[in-house]
Amino acid sequence: MQIDVDKIFAGDERTVAQAISLVENSREDAFELLRKLYLKTDLAYLLGVTGPPGGGKSTLVEKIVARWVENGEKVAVIAIDPSSEFSGGALLGDRIRMGSIATHPDVFIRSMATRGYLGGLNPAIFDTVLVLSAAGYQRIVIETVGVGQNEIDIVSLADTTLVVTVPEAGDEIQSFKAGLMEAGDLFVLNKSDHATAHRMELILKQMIDLARSDNSDWKIPLVKTVATEEEGLDELIKHITAHKQFLHDSNLEVSNKKKVMKNHLIHLLEEGLRNKYIEPLLKESSFHASIDAVINREVDPYTKVSEWLNDFGKEDFDR
Amino acid sequence: MSENIKVLIAKPGLDGHDRGAKVIARGLKEAGMEVVYTGLRQTTEQIVRAAIQEDVDVIGLSILSGAHSHLFPEIMKKLNDSGKDDVLVIAGGIIPDEDHDELKKLGINGIFKPGTPINEIVEFIHQELDVA
Amino acid sequence: MADLEKGYQEWKENKLDKTVNNYGERKDEFTTGSNRPVKALYSPLDLEEIDYLDEINFPGQFPYTRGVYPTMYRSRLWTMRQYAGFGTAKETNERFRYLLDHGQTGLSVAFDLPTQIGYDSDHEMSKGEVGRVGVAIDTLADMETLFDQIPLDKVSTSMTINAPASVLLAMYIAVAEKQGVEKEKLSGTIQNDILKEYIARGTYIFPPEPSLRLITDIFEYCSKELPSWNTISISGYHIREAGSDAVQELAFTIADGIEYVESALSIGMDVDSFAPRLSFFFNGQMDFLEEVAKFRAARRLWAEIMKERFGAEKAKSCMLRFHTQTAGAALTAQQPQNNIIRVALQALAAVLGGTQSLHTNSFDEALGLPTEEAAKIALRTQHIIAEESGVADTIDPLAGSYYIESMTDDLVSEAREYLDEIEDLGGMAEAIKAGYVQREIQESAYQEQKAIENEEKIVVGVNKYKEDSKEIGDILKVDPGLEKDQCQQLNEIRSQRDSSDTEKHLNEIREAAINDDNLMYPILDAVRDYVSIGEICDVLREEFGEYEAKIF
Repeated sequence: MQIDVDKIFAGDERTVAQAISLVENSREDAFELLRKLYLKTDLAYLLGVTGPPGGGKSTLVEKIVARWVENGEKVAVIAIDPSSEFSGGALLGDRIRMGSIATHPDVFIRSMATRGYLGGLNPAIFDTVLVLSAAGYQRIVIETVGVGQNEIDIVSLADTTLVVTVPEAGDEIQSFKAGLMEAGDLFVLNKSDHATAHRMELILKQMIDLARSDNSDWKIPLVKTVATEEEGLDELIKHITAHKQFLHDSNLEVSNKKKVMKNHLIHLLEEGLRNKYIEPLLKESSFHASIDAVINREVDPYTKVSEWLNDFGKEDFDR
Repeated sequence: MSENIKVLIAKPGLDGHDRGAKVIARGLKEAGMEVVYTGLRQTTEQIVRAAIQEDVDVIGLSILSGAHSHLFPEIMKKLNDSGKDDVLVIAGGIIPDEDHDELKKLGINGIFKPGTPINEIVEFIHQELDVA
Repeated sequence: MADLEKGYQEWKENKLDKTVNNYGERKDEFTTGSNRPVKALYSPLDLEEIDYLDEINFPGQFPYTRGVYPTMYRSRLWTMRQYAGFGTAKETNERFRYLLDHGQTGLSVAFDLPTQIGYDSDHEMSKGEVGRVGVAIDTLADMETLFDQIPLDKVSTSMTINAPASVLLAMYIAVAEKQGVEKEKLSGTIQNDILKEYIARGTYIFPPEPSLRLITDIFEYCSKELPSWNTISISGYHIREAGSDAVQELAFTIADGIEYVESALSIGMDVDSFAPRLSFFFNGQMDFLEEVAKFRAARRLWAEIMKERFGAEKAKSCMLRFHTQTAGAALTAQQPQNNIIRVALQALAAVLGGTQSLHTNSFDEALGLPTEEAAKIALRTQHIIAEESGVADTIDPLAGSYYIESMTDDLVSEAREYLDEIEDLGGMAEAIKAGYVQREIQESAYQEQKAIENEEKIVVGVNKYKEDSKEIGDILKVDPGLEKDQCQQLNEIRSQRDSSDTEKHLNEIREAAINDDNLMYPILDAVRDYVSIGEICDVLREEFGEYEAKIF
């Protein structure tokens, strides 16, 4: 389908939404569009938010976004939920939690499924950020749920990463992947009016200190909030603003962007290579025959792969 | 491919009965679709905006209060006015047979009674969207 | 017992197992409607652990397993209380008088969604909804019309109203005043159970804390002013309709009850001052025997909790009195006349379970509002059970059945497991906030759907004995023109009343809301002067905020 680039720059919601679908579903067609957007677009400020389920992240995001739009910003939210491994489907349940800002004219909320993307981060997420940035959304929140590698990968795109947890997550905190503790720029203890909040605060502080023994100039804050009452919200916003400023003042902003772009280029390359070489191979009957051959020990897997790699790019490979 | 079918399940109006909507949402997910459930008490504006931003292929409206006669035409009008007229709209709940013709004229392509099996709805969606 | 054990084993090996080997059984696994396993046979061996006097006892004696009253239906049949309401107050009033004339013994009012959610008929959100699922009530004027020619000292009324229950109760009292009936004589119930709204029904307005406060205000008010009024109908009906199984229905209802008692205690009320007027509302589902056991289990469980946990001393504080409605969710749009039989079985289970009042659904339930004809058949169902079946002539006739008694006992233990879980989460309000209850219900609902689609659970006409659907005659339609009429009437009332009075009343309500005074008093004053339900609820919305459902 033909997407009118001008409409995207003009912020037409329907066109933006269609463009995002293109980016998600038809990667090659999307490149056409993305090519036209990239050089003319300043990428938005990205806030990544993750944490264990039940942490009230969506409520917090809703409140943060509300403040930003009050200040005249145009804000987008990308809410990511996991795809089912069995069916490939997904229940995208974050939008329902942002009811009060979903109707604001300057807010765009898009739910996305992870689609069980093989090999790391789905490049469609970054490309969606590009589309939204082109449409004039200067601040974008990427919200995901969980504390594992997938989530670490998702928030690695962000300029500022918020890790939100709650006192009830007590024991779960041990399951936080170390990488998450390293990835967080701000930690939030939500529902901090809970009886066990103080204990959790201490545990968190310890974990933060352990994980961040580097010499970064950024002192990682732990903010206590009760999102539903907007307690701690002002403080949190201040810290987010401070981090944004910090990135700008230090050289981190540039080096972070380089890191993100490097990863994106790699992901796009991987995606391209997979589509060009691997996917067609997987469709060949010879591939399945090869699996049998390897199992039957007619050939070892390493030799097989070397053969295929050698064949890639050769003329006669394209059958 | 079912993975790329995106569905909005919405509860327009004041009706608070969401058992069916939730069961269908989950059923469609298990059939490989990506489902956004709006929750209760949606205004027509909220539903249409969500449909646009999420760029859904299907909108499923669930209502048991009898207010469909007022709410559905409003929703269809707003969808058409915003240019999102290429979406498949289906409905379920308590919608008397005698209202079906009117609703079909509005563009609501499928109306499902209580007791409809989930895969009947899945097949209907596949058929209408012309998917394998 | 040892002989019995031996006898059973012999029978099992020599007769049962042999026969099963030769003839097989109809299913690999037999389970109740709630997926609980069902054995081929129950015998005295299953009752070994049960002590009759401690756990069953006689009717009217703790723990009331056999019934809350010593004579039950021998003295008085259950109240036949059909839920009705649609359109305008005038139309509903006509249906009320029709039902009373045809042998209904108590009223049960269905309100439309705008009324249930505290919106006037001319509110933006009310468009298309006025008078659809129940009667539209904006001001006292509608209430007066609703009860026209109905003597409130002779008829007891149950009102299915929750979030704005205070307003409707106040209006009812005001109508009684106009009829010259003293408050003390008023008999009836308001549903007033907000917790289940968050879980299963969706007609909430305010967040949990202020909602509980409104409820305890009502408890307090009624303990002083309306001694014969049931202040709450703690409901499991909707939880079951939302998809829970029987154990969850039982447990979550009792858990809600516990939360309400705790709330009242926390404002300093004495348990025996309000507990006697708490009532319950359960679902009458299809698994006949399980339902009978469920009702008996409910009585026993509540009695034990009131005594052990809350130290209630009055006998009435421990009596679980309940209304039953036959399960709407079990009725089908396909071959709707089959629903007449379904309702009859469900109603019979409720009667055998000792219900105090009963609503039987009309057979066109899955198609629309009940026609007069369908409503009449539903009522006749109760008449036939009462007059022709003989089950009301002796108390708790299924007691002593090995299956029923062991299942009653099992349901009590199974429910207690859920109650413990909820305690661990910090009580029902917390469990709801955490989404625990909703998730349990949704899971059951989904599993049931799968079971039906896999034909593990059979629904006649839906997945077995199907027919091409044929249209059944009429269904009731609500005239869309009535919305306009209702709004017009509301405008007239607004223009005729004194607007400075209205202001004054709304301010008094606001003050009471802020100062934690009992809201029933200023609300009653306001409704007497025709302040509308929307106007009152808008003030409360401003002070209390609105609940936003966040849990999928």
